[in-house]
Amino acid sequence: MRRLTVPISDEEIRDLKVGDTVHLNGIIVTGRDAAHKFMIEHFIRNEAKPDEVELRDELKRLFDGGVVYHCGPVVKQHEDGSWSFVAAGPTTSIREEVYQPEVIEYFNLKGVIGKGGMGGNTLKACHNQPAVYFHAIGGAASLIAQSVKEVVTVHKLEFGVPEAMWVIRVEDFPVVVTMDSHGASIHDQIEAASKKKLAELLA
Amino acid sequence: MHDLRQLDLTEYFTELIRRAATNLPADMEDSLKRAKVNEAKGSAAEGALNTILLNVNMAREHSTPICQDTGTPIFEVHHPFGVSTLKLAEQIRKAAAAATASSYLRPNAVDSLTGKNSGDNSGEDFPTMHFHEWDQDTIHVDLLLKGGGCENVSTQYKLPDSGLKAGRDLEGVRRVVLDAVHQAQGRGCGPAVLGVAIGGDRGSSYLKSKQQLFRKLEDSNENPELAALEETIYEQANQMGIGPMGFGGNTTVLGVKIGAQHRLPASYFVSIAYMCWANRRASMDVTFNDGKMSEVSYA
Repeated sequence: MRRLTVPISDEEIRDLKVGDTVHLNGIIVTGRDAAHKFMIEHFIRNEAKPDEVELRDELKRLFDGGVVYHCGPVVKQHEDGSWSFVAAGPTTSIREEVYQPEVIEYFNLKGVIGKGGMGGNTLKACHNQPAVYFHAIGGAASLIAQSVKEVVTVHKLEFGVPEAMWVIRVEDFPVVVTMDSHGASIHDQIEAASKKKLAELLA
Repeated sequence: MHDLRQLDLTEYFTELIRRAATNLPADMEDSLKRAKVNEAKGSAAEGALNTILLNVNMAREHSTPICQDTGTPIFEVHHPFGVSTLKLAEQIRKAAAAATASSYLRPNAVDSLTGKNSGDNSGEDFPTMHFHEWDQDTIHVDLLLKGGGCENVSTQYKLPDSGLKAGRDLEGVRRVVLDAVHQAQGRGCGPAVLGVAIGGDRGSSYLKSKQQLFRKLEDSNENPELAALEETIYEQANQMGIGPMGFGGNTTVLGVKIGAQHRLPASYFVSIAYMCWANRRASMDVTFNDGKMSEVSYA
């Protein structure tokens, strides 16, 4: 098990191999379907509108060497207006496959946290950037919420609580590297091996 | 006679939701514990199951959701003659809003046309509710919280399926269910419980497959042929080695539950309700004495 703190360097990323267990620390940002579509349409493929430049630059700062987390949390707002995470497991990542490579490249992301793995285009982007895919344990929402020590702020709350971009500080967030920057993917390996076994069972 | 039309179960429905969201049923937890011992020491599969079990304990202790995707709440309500299902439905909707305000449920109902989240789990046909009148003098409510990740890998086959060489018989059913497990890989947050329905039309078949998920893991099928098929698919699915979260390993499914229903001569559907390890079901019984509600118990 190793500990990594955001911002993560290229050397630290290249050092990671599939199967490695990592505890992540520092500031990360949640983003799922609406956030990815928004970043692509408003920042990456088009020029940011004047009233959105500030958010774009803030995300550039947070994501440079940073990590995006595919997560739609359950949050609680306190009387003083501050927030805390109640339940915060990963959501299925493959829905972001059409957006992820461009987002990795544009922001210089070093990691994507989610579940279920991603496809060939993201694997290629992980190789080029370099970056890795961190697999969190799906459904382990109460446990992961405990590693979220602070909700720094929230962007795009108008997308709804699950789809908003929550800026959070995490301590020892447990993940497993399942896609590395050297082209290896546990998901591809298991897919192929289980396909072979299925063929035997259906012979 | 009881005046059951005046009954107000709102606060009990809210408690039922809290229990389902935060307290994994004992049969599921025991099964996950056995699975952990069955994985190689130090493997990613063992690590995943360890994290899952820690999380289950933490959720119960803190009364927080096991999983942040608190899913589609599915209520199956059995009630005696004289109960107003219109009122019970209203109370269930109120309870869902109250449970959302208390962070037991995530706001999970999104308008499909505008994309707007209703914020309190209210919406068109949301939550899902089915009412069944029965001849007993009690109310029994089953609740399942079914998350979106596993719902997305749930699927339906129309037999015969030439690609899978699946005919209209139980061997055909075996073939398509194993294919569904392979297709799902780790995306449905396994180890899974598979609810399978044979027959019906497309709609009733999907519903029947979900209703299988209310069965306890140790519950064996009354029909010996289906009981044998449940056992076979359970063993063979686990031979595929997909493992917890798709990390590889010995535990791909924790249980297989199959139901059958009549079908049209022209149709033979097999539906697979893939349920994540967080198989969040809870039930509630309401008994009456002399016209008054006497006891509410949960399981």
